[in-house]
Amino acid sequence: MTCLPAKTEKSLGLVIDLDTCVGCQACVTSCKEWNTGGHMAPLTDQNPYGGTADGVWFNRVHTYEHEVDGASRTVHFPRSCLHCETPACVTVCPTGASYKRTSDGIVLVDEDKCIGCKLCSWACPYGAREFDVDVGVMKKCTLCVDRIYNENLKEEDRVPACVAACPSGARHFGDLGDATSPVSQLVAARGGTALMPELGYAPTNRYLPPRANTGRGPKVAAPALESVGDAGGFFGWVDRVLSR
Amino acid sequence: MHPAYSVIVFTTATGAGYGLLALLGLLAATGATPPSLVPGLVSFGLAFALIGGGLLSSTGHLGRPERAWRAFSQWRSSWLSREGVAAVVTFVPAGLLALGWAVMGRSGAWIAICGLLAAACAVVTVCSTAMIYASLKPIAQWHSRFTLPSYLLFAATSGLVLLNALMQVFGRPSVPWLAAALVFTALAWVLKVAVWRHNDALGMPATLNSATGLKGGTVRSVEWPHTEDNYLLKEMGYRVARKHAARLRLIAVILAFALPGALLVIALLLRGGPAAAFVSVLAAASQLAGLMVERWLFFAEAKHTVTLYYGRD
Ligand code: SF4
Ligand code: SF4
Repeated sequence: MTCLPAKTEKSLGLVIDLDTCVGCQACVTSCKEWNTGGHMAPLTDQNPYGGTADGVWFNRVHTYEHEVDGASRTVHFPRSCLHCETPACVTVCPTGASYKRTSDGIVLVDEDKCIGCKLCSWACPYGAREFDVDVGVMKKCTLCVDRIYNENLKEEDRVPACVAACPSGARHFGDLGDATSPVSQLVAARGGTALMPELGYAPTNRYLPPRANTGRGPKVAAPALESVGDAGGFFGWVDRVLSR
Repeated sequence: MHPAYSVIVFTTATGAGYGLLALLGLLAATGATPPSLVPGLVSFGLAFALIGGGLLSSTGHLGRPERAWRAFSQWRSSWLSREGVAAVVTFVPAGLLALGWAVMGRSGAWIAICGLLAAACAVVTVCSTAMIYASLKPIAQWHSRFTLPSYLLFAATSGLVLLNALMQVFGRPSVPWLAAALVFTALAWVLKVAVWRHNDALGMPATLNSATGLKGGTVRSVEWPHTEDNYLLKEMGYRVARKHAARLRLIAVILAFALPGALLVIALLLRGGPAAAFVSVLAAASQLAGLMVERWLFFAEAKHTVTLYYGRD
């Protein structure tokens, strides 16, 4: 059913810390590695060793320069499905392949129903859905449904692959519908934001903005070198001889 | 947006087909034209060929066309599904009408009802097609108050121009229908130019600031996640036609509006006969070709918010 649930029991999602993300792409490769054998498998690649490699990825890390009042910083920005509360990607789907789960709010595609009309990818403002030209169906982030409830995994591993892989602790997973959950408290403490709120999709994922510049760091540009005066004495004589 | 040939043919051909079908329905319902076999069959045949060909072509861009039947299921939320359902439902009154009015030469109450139903279903189908695009918020050029009236007007116009061509070919020229085709062609021209002007002043519905959650100042893309074009850039970041937009717009205006308009004026002056029939058919062919170019631009000039992430706008 592509009608949206009026309310979901949980709102599982990610909180991504743009302050600590170092752009190492570990989450990107870890996501691909897990998911190419997971729920939406395979994530096919076209011409992977040729000059025009292309393929399905659920998570992509961009790099931006954010400049405010003449001070700029580099921000690494992981982009993936935000598991929106009111996602048009689901409602536009003609087949019922796309759906939002009432139990945890995860947005999924049923690969056996998808006709590959691509309309959902047009309806997603965030570019979170990628078409698999090999299989002929749409693919997207599953929030690792096949990990987070997987009793074959150790308790601490029951998080999305990207969260498990992040070496700088920039990715957090939890219930954003519960105001007392650690992720919700983190969002409240750090002023986490939703992306493109003006489009009305009500994303679940939150992004924590980089912390304000403390001014304690060294200035980027060192002071200019001073011109060397006449030293006098023996070294002054050496200087004069060598300068001739 | 990437202009897929299948979708260009789908929207243009079904638009003209449903336009023609709606007009045939009205003609039958009002009893304005007495039924007759050959003209009736050819007219319905043309309308059904355009509709059927367009619908078939639309399955050409599916990844799994063999599952297309599933698309009838989600009419509660999806305009694409509604479009599919409306398209199939339309065939019922339209088929009965073709059978009763054109083949069996009947007239009367049930023909009138079938005619009105066929016309209404055709209008609903064209509206649904338009809403597939008009409902997409990430694309400002489509999520616009102009999209629905444009689709309706272009369908009516191409239907009228086709109807006039059929009437001329079968030696039953009608000045009011010819005049209507001419007036609608002029109206469509005016609307298209207004839409282009409106779109040229449109910005993105979001900014890179709001897309990344980085407040204030400027955000500049310095590195992409990948070096080659991916699905997003191929599908949503298509830019080829934008480069030639001015020239393509001129071609669309000439083929879809100016040339058919001139040819219809000539047909009006000729008052029937083989020459009038010839220019009328030429007008219809030219208009369909022009509307394809117009539709190509409708897709190619539409900008999706995902391109913000790639530093394009
Ligand atoms: S981010 Fe895109 S794909 Fe994910 S739920 Fe929102 S609209 Fe759908
Ligand atoms: S591509 Fe598949 S999931 Fe997306 S709208 Fe079409 S049928 Fe639904």
